[in-house]
Amino acid sequence: MKHWWKALSVLLILYSLIAGLLGSVPALPIVNETIRLLYYHLPMWFAMFTLYLISVIYSIRYLNSGKLEHDHIAVESVNVGIIFCGLGLATGMLWANFTWGDPWPNDAKVNGSAIATLMYLAYLVLRNALEEEQKRAKIGAIYNIFAFPVMIVLMYILPKMTDSLHPGSGGNSGFGEFDLNNSMKLVLYPASLGWILMGLWLTQIRYRIRRLSQRLF
Amino acid sequence: MSTWQQVKHLLLKDMILEWRSKYAINGILLYVVSTIFVCYQAFQSIDPTTWNVLFWIILLFASINAISKSFVQEGAARQLYYYSMVSAKAVILSKILYNSLLMILLTALALVVYTVIFGNPLVDFPLYIVAVFLGSISFASVFTMVSGISVKAGHNMTLMSVLSFPIVIPLLIILIELSNNAINGLPRADSYPEILVLVAINIIAVAVSLLLFPYLWRE
Repeated sequence: MKHWWKALSVLLILYSLIAGLLGSVPALPIVNETIRLLYYHLPMWFAMFTLYLISVIYSIRYLNSGKLEHDHIAVESVNVGIIFCGLGLATGMLWANFTWGDPWPNDAKVNGSAIATLMYLAYLVLRNALEEEQKRAKIGAIYNIFAFPVMIVLMYILPKMTDSLHPGSGGNSGFGEFDLNNSMKLVLYPASLGWILMGLWLTQIRYRIRRLSQRLF
Repeated sequence: MSTWQQVKHLLLKDMILEWRSKYAINGILLYVVSTIFVCYQAFQSIDPTTWNVLFWIILLFASINAISKSFVQEGAARQLYYYSMVSAKAVILSKILYNSLLMILLTALALVVYTVIFGNPLVDFPLYIVAVFLGSISFASVFTMVSGISVKAGHNMTLMSVLSFPIVIPLLIILIELSNNAINGLPRADSYPEILVLVAINIIAVAVSLLLFPYLWRE
């Protein structure tokens, strides 16, 4: 049973879909029932962050070892991470449209996330600009390591410093203060774990496809 | 030779080369001054917020232009020569220092021309000088590494912009905030967090460059 974590991922996501829609949530003004979006919005960012972290770790390992496998893991983690970032932005826009009245308000957190995505897209562009495999892997790894701290500044430090509408930044309180009887945590944490595992699974599949195509061509 | 001596020699070499040809510096100064004139023709008069943002955007493009040239003159043969003589850390450190000096000169001149042409809405001039000073060093420390990367990808100017803009945006946001404080004349203590973050970003950028450049160079 080495595939247990894939089954766990599917089960956790199914559980979060059902419990997220049926479970009890605190009744708050303005957000009302959209507070349930939390279960589908926040796990995307957890999954994205995990994947970017894996990517930077494997970039560092590549620079030390020179094994192309490490570089393949790094680039596929970024590929899947960008998908999760897009999903996070999409669910965020849906939520923002309801609570803030505008899908794309001029907000530090929203803009920071978008710019961080641009940076990772630039990483992919850089890789495409280089032909030779080892050179591409090395220079890509260098840019990836360079980009990671900037991503943290953009998404987690700057919004805390400036005014932001987003909960948890700009002096706003996070969701934890409203969740008095911990009923939301019972859904949020399993959902996060489920989506993180799903991200790892996607990365694994993409990595294997890349390895296979390397062997074929 | 110790690393510091190597840095000193490389820095002196860069300065002497530049002084002899004056190609990069004259070109870039002319670029800044003509951009300011074009903006003046287009805007005529502007409010303080736009004044500030426009200045930083002009500086951003000028610095990308200036710093993307920093590895161009080092051909493959000369790279090999350096490789046998000095450590990689000395090379990147000397380039960052040289670019910082270049940027400080450039921004100082740009600020003088800009205030003469567009007028001077600044309340707290010393604080604005601090912001401009920190900004030029930050641009230099971030762009030097990125120009090293883009040179390896064949001097691609588009790639240089694509790679460096997202990285420099957080810097730019903090710099514009800090210089807005100077324009509005807020108490100095309100600006300390921004200055602290700028210094921290600089330290991180230089440290990461020092760690990564040896790998980039060995290729």
